[in-house]
Order: sequence, then C-alpha cells, then structure tokens
Amino acid sequence: MPPATLKVFRGQAAQGDFREYRVDVDEGMVVLDVIHRIQATQAPDLACRWNCKAGKCGSCSAEVNGKPRLMCMTRMDIFEPGETISVAPIRTFPLIRDLVTDVSYNYVKAREVPPLRLRPPDADGKYRMMQEDVDRPQEFHKCIECFLCQDVCHVIRDHEEHKPAFAGPRFFIKIAGLDMHPLDTLNRTEFVRRQAGIGLCNITKCCTEVCPEHIHITDNGIIPMKERMADDFDPIVWLLRKFRGGRPEPA
Amino acid sequence: MAKPEYETHEHDVIVIGAGGAGLRAAIEAAAQGVSVGLICKSLLGKAHTVMAEGGIAAAMGNVWPEDNWQVHFRDTMRGGKMLNNWRMAQLHAQEAPDRVLELERFGALFDRTKDGLISQRDFGGHRYARLAHVGDRTGLEMIRTLQYHAIHQGIDVYMECKVERLLKDGDRVAGAFGYWRNTGQFVMFKAKAVVLATGGIGKAWKITSNSWEYTGDGHATALWAGADLIDMEFVQFHPTGMVWPPSVRGILVTESVRGDGGTLKNNQGERFMFNYIPEFFKGETADNIEEAERWYADKKNNRRTPDLLPRDEVARAINSEVKAGRGSPHGGVFLDICTRRPADYIRKRLPSMYHQFKELANVDITREPMEVGPTCHYVMGGVRVDADSTQATVAGLFAAGEVAGGMHGSNRLGGNSLSDLLVFGRRAGLHAALYAKNLGGTVTIDRAEVESVARAALEPFSRSGGENPYAIQAELQETMHTLVGIIRTEAEMRQALAKIETLKERARKVRVEGGRVYNPGWHIALDLQSLLTVAECTTLAALERKESRGGHTRDDHPYTDDTWGKVNVVLRLRDGRVQVSREPLPEMPAELRALFQERK
Repeated sequence: MPPATLKVFRGQAAQGDFREYRVDVDEGMVVLDVIHRIQATQAPDLACRWNCKAGKCGSCSAEVNGKPRLMCMTRMDIFEPGETISVAPIRTFPLIRDLVTDVSYNYVKAREVPPLRLRPPDADGKYRMMQEDVDRPQEFHKCIECFLCQDVCHVIRDHEEHKPAFAGPRFFIKIAGLDMHPLDTLNRTEFVRRQAGIGLCNITKCCTEVCPEHIHITDNGIIPMKERMADDFDPIVWLLRKFRGGRPEPA
Repeated sequence: MAKPEYETHEHDVIVIGAGGAGLRAAIEAAAQGVSVGLICKSLLGKAHTVMAEGGIAAAMGNVWPEDNWQVHFRDTMRGGKMLNNWRMAQLHAQEAPDRVLELERFGALFDRTKDGLISQRDFGGHRYARLAHVGDRTGLEMIRTLQYHAIHQGIDVYMECKVERLLKDGDRVAGAFGYWRNTGQFVMFKAKAVVLATGGIGKAWKITSNSWEYTGDGHATALWAGADLIDMEFVQFHPTGMVWPPSVRGILVTESVRGDGGTLKNNQGERFMFNYIPEFFKGETADNIEEAERWYADKKNNRRTPDLLPRDEVARAINSEVKAGRGSPHGGVFLDICTRRPADYIRKRLPSMYHQFKELANVDITREPMEVGPTCHYVMGGVRVDADSTQATVAGLFAAGEVAGGMHGSNRLGGNSLSDLLVFGRRAGLHAALYAKNLGGTVTIDRAEVESVARAALEPFSRSGGENPYAIQAELQETMHTLVGIIRTEAEMRQALAKIETLKERARKVRVEGGRVYNPGWHIALDLQSLLTVAECTTLAALERKESRGGHTRDDHPYTDDTWGKVNVVLRLRDGRVQVSREPLPEMPAELRALFQERK
C-alpha cells in the first residue's frame, strides 16, 4: 500500500493542534497500527490508550475523520488512497494529552447506578434462568465501555452543564440490563428520571450508530425505559397495579 | 538534584492489578473490614481478563453429572504434566464451582442449559464439558461483573497508576512506589500487605496475544523484593492465534472454536492432529475420525478428539506441520468450523470470533476456514506461593492469578485461568486482610530508597544521546521469539542471554523525549526494566531444565524425564544476581495419588 498521511492531534488542553505524519502502511493495518508506527519511528511521546487491539477492551476510542471509532477496528483500506486522515481525541471529555482524555465522568456515573438487588434462590439454593430471559440483558452486557456513545451524545457533547444530572447512553443500557436481569428486584424508575436524566434524551440514535458492539442502545434500552417510566407515573396504570400487584413501587 | 516529590496513600492492603484476580482479591479484603487500595495500570475494566474468551472451568456437573472436583483435579494435573503444586490444583478444583455461582450472584449472566442452569462447554484437556461461558466473551462478563460489584464495596481505586517497586520494612513488605501515567507524578502506597495480581509477561515475545500491559511487572518487582519465582521456563503458546494480515498476527482465536466442533487441517485437507497423539494421552484420545465425531454427543463411550489435546501438544503439532511444508498460505494451518456447524450456530456461539475475522481479516468464518498459528499467551511460572494463603516467600506479599506460579504446572488447560483468578484472588484478598489485621501498628518506609527509585525513573529525560526505548523493546521481542520460543536449544538460549545482557546495558542509556504527562515513550523505557528481567528469568530457567515438558520443549533434550518431574526450577535474587536452583515439588498425599491409578 502507498504511504498514508495522517493529521494527528497533539498537545494539551488549549495549546493543541494537528500535526502531519507520513507513514508506511502494510496490508491489513488499522489506524491504531499506524499510530503505533508513528510512536516507534517519529513521535515516541505521542499519547494514546490501547490494550487488546481486537475490539474487546474499548480503550482506543478516537474521532477518525470526525467520526467516533475504535482505532483498532478501523482498517486503513477503507480510506481513499492519498486521503489525509485526521485522528483526534474524543471531544466530550477533558483532554489530558494528544489522543488521551479524562473519562472519569463515566466512572462517577457508574458508581451512581443502584446495583443489583438479588431475589432469593430457588428452594434447592440454585438460581434458574431461561436462555430466552437472559438474551435481552445479555445484549447490554456486550458493552466494552469504549464510551463512544457518551462521546457522540449531544446532550453532553456540547453541554457541560448537563453532565451532573445525565448518565448518558452507556449507563442507560447498564440500567436497562439490571432492570431486565431475571434475578433483580429493585425499581430504578425514580433514579432514571431524576439522577440519570433520561428525559434529556430525545432519541436521535447517534449512540446506536457509533456502537462498535452493535448494541441497539436506543430501541432495546432507552425507549423501553422511557415507556416504563411513563407507565410508572401514569395514575391509571398505578391504580391498576395497586389492585393487581406487580412490579414494586419506585424507591 | 532536588528531592523528587510524591504523594502518599495509606491502606491496610493494596492490590496491584485489577483484572479478575485483583478485583476478586480487593472485594474479599474489603469484606474483611480492612482499608483497601486497588491499583491498575490501565483504566478500570480494561485489564487482560477482558480478552478471555472461552469460559471458566468448574466441575459443576450441570451438563455432565459425572463431573466432580476429583476429575477436574486429575485433568488439571495431567494437563500440567504432573508438575503442578497439587494443593493449589486441589483447592482450585474444589472451590471453582462456588466461585462461579458467586459470580452469578454478583450479577453475571452466563449462557443457560435447557433447565435454566449455567451451561458448560467442551475445552481442551477437560474430560467433560465444564466451562461456564457467555458466548465467546466470558472474560468481559467476568471483569464487568467484578468491577461493578467492587465499586460499591468502599475500595479506593487508583487508575492508570504503574508500580515501579515494592517497598520493604526489614524483611516484610511495606507498600509500593510508582507513578501516575496521566501526570507522570510519583505516588507512594504504604500498606501492611500487598497482593500482586499483575498478570503475565507475554510482551517479551514478538507474536503474542498479550497487550502492552503484560511486561512482567509483578514477577520482576517480587524478584527484586527478595521473593522466589518458580517454573519460569514454562511459557504457553496458544495454538490458535490469527496469522494474517500481519498487523493482527498473534491475536487470540478462542479454543471454543474447537470446543464447539471446529477442527484443525493442513493444506492437504488432512486432520493432522490424529498424527500427534502423545503416549501420555493415548488412553483418553480418539485415534480415528469416527470415534472423535461420536465423542461430541457421547462422552461416556468415546474418547476425545485430538483437536482438543492440551495446548502445548496442539501448538507443537501446528509448528511441525508448518515446518514440514503442510501449512496454510500465510504460515499457519486451517481451523475449520464452517463445514461442520451451521452459520447461525457459529454466530451465536462465537460472535466475537465472527466479528474479529470479518472486520480485521475479511474472512467470514461461517463460509471459510480460519488461518491460525501459535501465539505467546500465558506464563505458567511466577511468584512461589503458599497454596492455601497465596503468601509469597516475603512476609506480607501475596500473589494470585497469572503472576503466581505452581497452579498450572508445566502447562495450563484452557478455562483454568479464569477459575484460578477467582479461587486464588479470593484467597489472596482474605489472607492479606487477615495478615494486615494481625500485624497491628504501622510499617515504616525507607524514604531514601523511594527517592533513589524516583531519581532513576527520571534519568531518561536528562540524557543527551542514548536510544529510543521502542527499538530496544522490539529487539528483545525478536530475540525471545527466535531464540526462546516454542522449540529451544542450549546454544540459542545462551545467545539469547548474551543479547539480553547487551539490551540491559542499552536500556540503562535510554533517552526519552517530551515531558512527564502521559508519555508512552517514557512508560516503555520504565517497563523495559521488568521486561528484561522476566526475559532473563525465563531463559535461565529454560537453560536449567534439560528435558521437554508442557510449555518447555528442548530440541536438544526432546524427552520428558521423570527425575525432572520431581523438581521446580527456582529463581531468586541474591547479591544483585539471579540464582537458579532445583527444589523438590511438594509431595502429593496417597489418596490424591490414587486418582491417577484408577483409569488410564
């Protein structure tokens, strides 16, 4: 393959800029390979995160030609020959240096989600769950926490002020996964409405589009949760539930 | 030079490493009511466990009621060619089922049987289908479950923090010293007990399934702190790594492909594994295709397909096929599941393999065979520990998971790693907490020592001249790959030792550009210390063991030798030099020995 030209963001906070690198590219290379080659040959201090190099750990998130992607799963042969490829850090989080951002927001939000509250086991001490009941939450358990959905979410991408009261798509599916967990007994509706701020989401599906695991974040996670929330606060549904029994009340 | 500055944190127990073992250790220590700090080199949830695919081996008997801990114990010992620490293998087999069920109570969602119990799949070297799994992303489920459980247990998590040295107070451990990767500032952890859960050493080889993190930090820091290492000659080359395109070479292809019905073939279309059944496994391995095919459904009356021999056997077989000119176009062999299982089944059982080959290699594994070849995957050797408590030969130092030695003997069975992390992670956390509670008082740190480590770490910034650390790392990887790989000889290993000496010399003069904030060049320069140390340890131990066994194959000593089956090769640092000795294995009690006489 011909050499490639990359414009890579270099620098810290306010004083950063794109710098151009010409790099030899071999067959099958992905953007992360090219970044590694730049480190080894031209810019040993070029900062980037990575671990598995196989789309399993979600460390190497970046914006390649403006699109949020995993660098390890972005092949160089998808670009036009001669095209200059820009590689920038994910924008929604504060920059540390070069391609590395401070994603601690996500770890704060993770801690806020009320954890699993387990139901008692069957009489023989075992837990039984049918595969068809496990299928739905398993989809959300595929999440590799690359935070690309958080990066692209317009609620926080350009609105720092929304961050304190908005969990973001990653944590909506975390909550959905808990709510659909066959062994869970906790009602998180009030949490979803108040602390997680699901009302701010107006289902533009940007998160679903960028998910490298192809999780149906909006259709299978967010929309059912919004519907359930509407149900939980609907006075008629509430009355019916009072008489018929059903899911526990919001905490 | 001004005194280097550093911040200080104090805990009863610190756990270094936040993969499966580290997380499980931290959870257990916190449950004992002590103060716990959890230090990880990457972000939380990104450790190597996340890449584990196949499953967790545990004799739960959900699929085959005949399975029990004795059978699992026997498989594990035989897989390790009887060099395992028998007590570790016993505890592991006995406790693994409880640890899996506990993970379920923490929220893990395993694939289910028809009765709604945890499903179990076949894997190499296991007599029964035994691996609890979630498709082919079991490690992700495990780390996420532990991570989300841990964050509610009052554990302080220190992310992107690299430990450079363990600190001691006299003969016992007193903490650790390192730096924050994102600022480059130093940090000191004072602790009564330290749990090492740092994983392995695979980054010393060129073709590896391991990430940048696997630079042997725990092995090396333990050695420097005076602890013994054992079995360092045993390095597992996983038989099936990707081989094409070059940039993905080494990335793991899960053994589940074979567990779920895939077979290995050479370029003649021959299922060559039938030609490589060793005497040791003849009694339990099918020697003809018909029996092997029947085995998938009827394990009682048929022997296992040789495609599922232990990994060391399969890796050597692939190596031989390629050398004999019967390899695939890119120097591997073929792994075929597309002609053997329906496309839907493959996509459901092996979704991440499907995705990985499709995206990275343009191969649709439901239509075409994969090309695979051996890749450096796991080190069986590690810190010598007491089986029950996981304590190292230094007081207050504990080790669990890949960094600990003994559990897997000379070769680890697939699926026994995730269970090892849970069983011994829990034990390490428990015993570290008990140790810290019993110790009382406080530990004292030698500030002069801390400052000298800090000054040495900063030296690469002030050198003029000197080399790029990436070049030294690449040369080391090439050296280990060509001279201390799957097949070894004395002459080549001597050559490797000489090369490692020159690389150590060059590493002392390495130069780093830029500043301290998130500087990968500097991080690699510092990691070179541990990487070179573990490379030397592996080579020294491999030179010492003059036989072939498990993950150690000598062309000049091609046979397994019973006298070597009774000793571990032990390494320890004395007067600045690594000393090598042979020490007897702990002796297995008669009632366990009897398990190996019952059936062949």
